[in-house]
Amino acid sequence: MDELLIGTLVGSTLRVSVPLILCALAGVLCERAGVIDLGLEGKMLMTAFTAAAVGSFTQSLPLALFAAMCVGIALSMLHGYACVTHGGDQVVLGMAITMTAAGLTVVLGIAWFAQGGQTPPLPDTVRLSRWFVGAGEVVAGIPVVGKALSLAFFGHTMLVYLALALVAGVWWLLYRTRFGLRLRAAGENPAMVDAAGVSVLGLRYQALALNGVLCSLAGSSLVLAQNPSFIPNMTAGRGYMALAAMIFGKWHPVGALLACLLFGFLDAVSIRLQGAVLPVIGEVPVQAVQALPYVLTVVLLAGFIGHAHAPAALGRPYVKER
Amino acid sequence: MSQPIELPRWIDVAVLPAFNLALALLVAGVVVTFVGFNPAQVMTLLVKGAFGSATGLSYTAYYATTFVFTGLAVAVAFHGGLFNIGAEGQAMMGGLGAGLAALAWSAALPAWLMLPLMVLAAALFGMAWAAVPAALQAYRGSHVVITTIMFNFIASALLGYLLVNTLKEPGNMTPESRAFAASAHLPGVHEALGWLGIEWPKTPLNLSVLLAIAAAVLVYLGLWKSQAGYAVRAVGFAPEAALYAGMRPKRLVMMAMAASGALAGLVGINEIAGVHGRLLPDFVAGAGFAGIAVSLIGRNHPVGIVLAAILFGALYQGGAELAFEINGFSRDMVFMLQGLIVLFAGAMAQVAAPMLARAWKAIGARRG
Amino acid sequence: MPAAAAAAAPAVAMRHIEKRFGAVHANRDVHLTVMPGTVHGIVGENGAGKSTLMSILYGFYQADSGEIAIEGRPAKIPGSREAIALGIGMVHQHFMLVDTLSALDNVMLGAEPGWRLLRARAEVRAKLDVLMHDTGLVVELDALVADLPVGERQRLEILKALYRGARILILDEPTAVLTPQETDALFVTLRGLRARGTTILLITHKLKEIMALCDAVTVMRQGAVVLDSAIADTSIDGLAEAMVGRRVQLGREAGAVVHTAGPLLLSARGLQWRDALGVLRLDGISLDLRAGEIVGIAGVSGNGQSELLDVLSGMLAPAAGTLVLGDKTFTHGRWLDTATARELGLAHVPEDRHKRGLVLPFAAWESAALGYQRRYSPRGWMQQRSMRDDCAQMMERYDVRPRNPALRSSKFSGGNQQKLVLAREALPAPKVLLVGQPTRGVDIGAIEFIHGRLRAMRDAGGAVLVVSSELDEILALSDRVIVMNAGRISGELPIDACSENALGCLMGGAEVAAAA
Repeated sequence: MDELLIGTLVGSTLRVSVPLILCALAGVLCERAGVIDLGLEGKMLMTAFTAAAVGSFTQSLPLALFAAMCVGIALSMLHGYACVTHGGDQVVLGMAITMTAAGLTVVLGIAWFAQGGQTPPLPDTVRLSRWFVGAGEVVAGIPVVGKALSLAFFGHTMLVYLALALVAGVWWLLYRTRFGLRLRAAGENPAMVDAAGVSVLGLRYQALALNGVLCSLAGSSLVLAQNPSFIPNMTAGRGYMALAAMIFGKWHPVGALLACLLFGFLDAVSIRLQGAVLPVIGEVPVQAVQALPYVLTVVLLAGFIGHAHAPAALGRPYVKER
Repeated sequence: MSQPIELPRWIDVAVLPAFNLALALLVAGVVVTFVGFNPAQVMTLLVKGAFGSATGLSYTAYYATTFVFTGLAVAVAFHGGLFNIGAEGQAMMGGLGAGLAALAWSAALPAWLMLPLMVLAAALFGMAWAAVPAALQAYRGSHVVITTIMFNFIASALLGYLLVNTLKEPGNMTPESRAFAASAHLPGVHEALGWLGIEWPKTPLNLSVLLAIAAAVLVYLGLWKSQAGYAVRAVGFAPEAALYAGMRPKRLVMMAMAASGALAGLVGINEIAGVHGRLLPDFVAGAGFAGIAVSLIGRNHPVGIVLAAILFGALYQGGAELAFEINGFSRDMVFMLQGLIVLFAGAMAQVAAPMLARAWKAIGARRG
Repeated sequence: MPAAAAAAAPAVAMRHIEKRFGAVHANRDVHLTVMPGTVHGIVGENGAGKSTLMSILYGFYQADSGEIAIEGRPAKIPGSREAIALGIGMVHQHFMLVDTLSALDNVMLGAEPGWRLLRARAEVRAKLDVLMHDTGLVVELDALVADLPVGERQRLEILKALYRGARILILDEPTAVLTPQETDALFVTLRGLRARGTTILLITHKLKEIMALCDAVTVMRQGAVVLDSAIADTSIDGLAEAMVGRRVQLGREAGAVVHTAGPLLLSARGLQWRDALGVLRLDGISLDLRAGEIVGIAGVSGNGQSELLDVLSGMLAPAAGTLVLGDKTFTHGRWLDTATARELGLAHVPEDRHKRGLVLPFAAWESAALGYQRRYSPRGWMQQRSMRDDCAQMMERYDVRPRNPALRSSKFSGGNQQKLVLAREALPAPKVLLVGQPTRGVDIGAIEFIHGRLRAMRDAGGAVLVVSSELDEILALSDRVIVMNAGRISGELPIDACSENALGCLMGGAEVAAAA
């Protein structure tokens, strides 16, 4: 195979996977603490719109990011209030956030920009610039592999590198800090954590706050890195794919990363595969590739390729029982 | 303090949903005002658009029909103790089933054979699409919420594939099947009324509205008058008591999900047989999720669901009218309201119910 | 304070402790004095008040009145954090462990030295190595709790408490989940801890263990302390009598006829059942039920009685054993299910009427058909009129109030709910009736009524098996009494051979002293 093709594929896989990775990390933190998050799609959509709208109004990248972060945290706090404090159904809340976000973003978009829900394209000054371009050119000079490496790993926006760094960061938080230990325990046996004198509600709220920040980064990446405008329903199910990746990765940050890269790869490759004839299988329909992440997740959940054990206390509101 | 405060029946059934609806409307109203519309004006135009003319009324009923199917689907699963988020995918599969039957046999069969066959096919396809996740939960322990979400996407991909490749009408650029023969076409209400000599404007409202009412009646009878329904409700409320009573929870849950999927599949009759006369993508358009809102506000009872479905039909139709009349208004306002209803009636129910209970107690104390 | 006087100060001194939960007087003027470096046993049946007392000591509850002094100093214990700070540690009956974390992480959680895990683990490991060496409590620190056997998990719980500086250790029924070998190992550990100066409070109802391990013992009954002495000054018999009390005479009708039983209706042999943790809850139970008798199963709850009812009624399948019911035989591979049991004339009033006996959101007339729904629906449709009529009849004959079949099941009082469940099970005239905790949460009037109905069933030729943690009830109803302890039948006595001594010993897991 052409190394340029490989390089381009790796590069586009990374770019496409970024929102998935960030959302999946958000899901990992939240669900390891014991709270189901089906609102990833809605949070990503809402924060994408916020970044686009604020970016458009203020023409400032930092403000856009900051506003998106605030909105993300606000939605997660709503999640916490309804579900953690009041024990509301976490699945229903996730659906509610997603459904409301889908409508609200378009309503506001039309009201403010009158372009059928789209936001005006953000100029490059507001969007994320590409990093390591110079280094990329240097690497491209290396014989044989240089061009491929350059296409694959250099010249991406900051968020790509940040997403990869955050995988390490979330891993470190979960497995190398006291907070992470307590968070993981809260998702397995909250009664034990409570008996040890640590606040389960506090842990869950903190996890939700981080979840909000990560979702906002995912949403921001859509308009600041991928598409310069917000388009109605631009998340197109990526929030659910991130959920699938989180499960496929067995609620582990690195597992989730690998799953996201796999799903991202499938997405990046699906257009190229159209019409291509693979040995044995024959012509691969693009819809099969699109559906593959979901099919794989179901197969995993059914226990046919190993087991995925969710945190034991996932989805059950914690009530102090005396 | 883990005992939920019990509300008197009438508050639980009527006041609570009305209260939650009011909250959702309030928040939606705030948003509407915020973007520069007059909520009172919006409300009046919406009601007029939905009920003010024969055309509007028909459209409202047409939308309501689909929502009755998906609302009943969610409710039946709920009574069995499961949350069916997969109604969207099951509805797609139902349409596919009806469409496949029509494409295969509509040329050869008369309408009185073809149409029931399509109903059967729609129900079976929807049922199968729900039964697989249900079986995976019952026998492999896979969480049904996640699997049904995945199945929604798989359904969409499957339908898309078939429409682009196998079923596409040759020479047609758009991904849709060829038109069915006339026998696969469910008469519109305007046609039916025409036979009776009554003039009625032409709208998508078709005889599947009768099917919807029949479905609601059947669900009522099934859940509250049949032994299977008794068992399903027992399992949903108290799985240990069901085991004690000699019931088999796994089987019953599967039964409930299968029925749920079949009901969602009937959406295909309304849309494919009743309106479009051919298979096309995205005829469900979010009705599966609307069904969740309908079921929550309708308190999972067929009567409530029919009422809630009419409400949502009115919102959709009124919303479409508003989009015509008012510049800058879009139907997404309705989608947002839908989400808010799910928020207040579903997720925040734990917040509202105790507040109402305390208020009720306070009123009672003052009276007594 | 002079050193000698300080050394003599009790580790725990509780005075005049009063605690009520609504109408229940859980602790009446309780005094408890525990000297440092001793093992002090706290004995009693269910509801005696010992769990409440220890919960007060650990800060879960606050006493209504009374004083607590720890190591000579008055103390206020509003919560478990304060208890831990005072050096009190508790090992619960149900372990508070996270299965997916290592033993080390479980010990550390909530008391980590610093926010960096690797460093914290190293520090804790070093401390634990010393602790394990000093106490002889060995736990595989890096193993996941899920992989640890029950005995090691318990050692881990003790280690957790000791790591937090517990000088006073409360153990709640520690041997309930242990094999005899594990129990011996635990005792060795506890003796070692005592030698190091740890004060140990042992909550238990097992009399042999008390005599083997403790230095002093306090017996509680119905919320009050009835015996408080050094071990040397008492005996198993003394403990047994104190635990059970002078009430064999009460509740038994004067001149009651002792019934001779008729033909064999149910016969169980060698029933065995293990729970999810692998603990053997039923260890070879065999019993017979004959027509025209009431058999009472006595014993402190948690000794397998609930599991026995579940196995006999078909809700659980045993790992080994056979059951002969009527003319059908069931073996552990092909056990009966609840529907078959009913068809064969075995009815069951479950211990938990809220979760099993009724469907609370159902109307009474729907709950009244629970278990019999197929009889009301020969063609798939529920014959609602019959159901309502039958429910009304049940309410009439069993005095269920209010007489409203349409009322939601949850709205009835506990006593009326129980009467409804009993009516439903008893009216079809079953051959065998299993009853679990017939009068738990039931008012006095209903208790009398229910007891009368059970006797009527027996008189009509049925067999009744009653499981109850209320010894009074067992003595009032039974023709013969079977006592269960640690999943086994520790003894069986005809009613007129039931003395406080005998029952107390059997319930406490000791042998009955030969009758004089």
